[in-house]
Amino acid sequence: MSSLLTVAMPKGRIFQEAVELLRQAGYPLPPEFEDSRKLIIEIEEAGMRFILAKPMDVPTYVEHGVADVGIAGKDVMLEEERDVYEVLDLKISDCYLAVAGLPEQKEHSVAPKIATKYPNVAAHYFREQGEQVEIIKLNGSIELAPLIGLADRIVDIVSTGRTLKENGLVELEKIREITSRIIVNPASYRMKAGVIDELVKRLSKVVESKEEIK
Amino acid sequence: MSKPFVFEKPMGMRDTLPVLYQVKQQVRTVMEQEIREWGYQFIQTPTLEYYDTVGEASAILDQQLFKLLDSEGKTLVLRPDMTAPIARVVSSSMKDVSYPIRLAYDSAVFRSQQREGGRPAEFEQVGVELIGDGTSSADAEVIALMVSTLSKAGLQEFKVAVGHIGFLNELFVEILGNEDRAEELLRYLYEKNYVGYASHVKSLPLSSIDKKRLLDLLHLRGGEEVLKLAEDLTAVGGRKAISDLRELFNILELYGVQDKIVLDFTLFSHMSYYTGIVFEGYTNELGFPLCSGGRYDQLLGEFGRSAQAIGFGIRLDYLLEALSAKEPSASRSCIIFSAENRKEAIAKSRELREQGRSVVVQDISGVGNVDEYSGRFQEVIYVIGKSEKGGAQ
Repeated sequence: MSSLLTVAMPKGRIFQEAVELLRQAGYPLPPEFEDSRKLIIEIEEAGMRFILAKPMDVPTYVEHGVADVGIAGKDVMLEEERDVYEVLDLKISDCYLAVAGLPEQKEHSVAPKIATKYPNVAAHYFREQGEQVEIIKLNGSIELAPLIGLADRIVDIVSTGRTLKENGLVELEKIREITSRIIVNPASYRMKAGVIDELVKRLSKVVESKEEIK
Repeated sequence: MSKPFVFEKPMGMRDTLPVLYQVKQQVRTVMEQEIREWGYQFIQTPTLEYYDTVGEASAILDQQLFKLLDSEGKTLVLRPDMTAPIARVVSSSMKDVSYPIRLAYDSAVFRSQQREGGRPAEFEQVGVELIGDGTSSADAEVIALMVSTLSKAGLQEFKVAVGHIGFLNELFVEILGNEDRAEELLRYLYEKNYVGYASHVKSLPLSSIDKKRLLDLLHLRGGEEVLKLAEDLTAVGGRKAISDLRELFNILELYGVQDKIVLDFTLFSHMSYYTGIVFEGYTNELGFPLCSGGRYDQLLGEFGRSAQAIGFGIRLDYLLEALSAKEPSASRSCIIFSAENRKEAIAKSRELREQGRSVVVQDISGVGNVDEYSGRFQEVIYVIGKSEKGGAQ
């Protein structure tokens, strides 16, 4: 095994922003980094090995220690509840978790049905609200569910609200803000404390300077 | 639910095949030897305990307990750790033995995995409990013994992170004023959610100095120099903990194990169980702590014989993984005989066994493919045919 720091990166939405942050923090990621189809990319100059995973799986890789560090959305952290350190808010990929539905939806009063990609988060939220619901887990295109009568409401992440609007859905309640986080495996956090602290320090500087500009 | 297939086992249950068994046995022997040399006595306790006693008292979360009912309808648990059963023994069968008591164990413990595979639900733990001694000497002895046991087992690269629950409690109460508010913050540490911790601290109605003290806490990790930083953070609360840790560090130096120790004031692995120092051991290429322990001065009281106590547990499965277990060196021989030479074969095997060899005595007519079978052994001795001299190979 090499001494490279293994970093689990989420494919998709967050990826580009995360790469940009790492570059600003002074890690030399080559321009072709984004275009690669490889799932494991080693970049000796940065001292890192990147693995490209489904966003929902990033905390799993980190918890099991096959990745030392990962970048994961708070939505995923809440859903997965993995035993990892959440050390830095990168403040990228802003969005929020919300409950949405049709504007004139009649509530199913006996057993309201909620469709979501986040069954744990949804179950937890409605329990806190003192409401018993039935959760239907879907893997994507959640907006479809209330449209064709699979569920009364949905729980999903909203960034611009455009998808909801175009499908005639309205946001009913906001659950919480979501940003992406740096997460760290507990063993790596001690065994590789030097490199990881350095990474966190550099990234937090970038995040802070961006906040000031805002 | 469909009926399990014949090859299936309950989630998290694993077989130990011969090679692993032998490696495990070797490592276990070395560890037990070391622990015995430090004067600890091994004990065994039952696999099943009452939920209301050991189950409730144990540090393991309720959802991780394997529960079942006995014939009277009482809830039982498969023992989830060894500390609670030992506390029970010390408070009952051994109640007349005066403190301090040094006990050790090497036992399987059971923790149900609800989410997925990849982690065993039954695994062996080797550990000690030093009960009835609240001194820093006891703290240091237990940590030094853990380090020594790991080293003897052959583990080279590892670190033990040491923290102190008393420090956290007192610092938080000092700054926040009461235990409820302190507990809120402790929960963030317990959940390893430093982002949540930081934003919670920022939202509190505190002076900027106090906020900074709370935020700086997250950086209190490293060598002995961290003690100085910790001291700067506190006014009064936590001073005792710091001086305990300083003393601990000095004693660990006497044991010659201080290079394995890192201080980590953020270590907070259980909401209410531990009361003083806590520690966890890590090694390269292993994502989980392979050993852990700490001071638990409340537990014995739950069994009616209050005492200060400290202990550690090493997970044998993780240790073996980290050792990337070598093939066992002991070889096996095989004597393959035909019925008319049985007597010689048995005599020969006795002779070899007396030399400490591991010998299989196999009737040739009981084997289908002799070439394939004999290939499994380092040495094969044939005692076949009318002639008394067997051909050795």
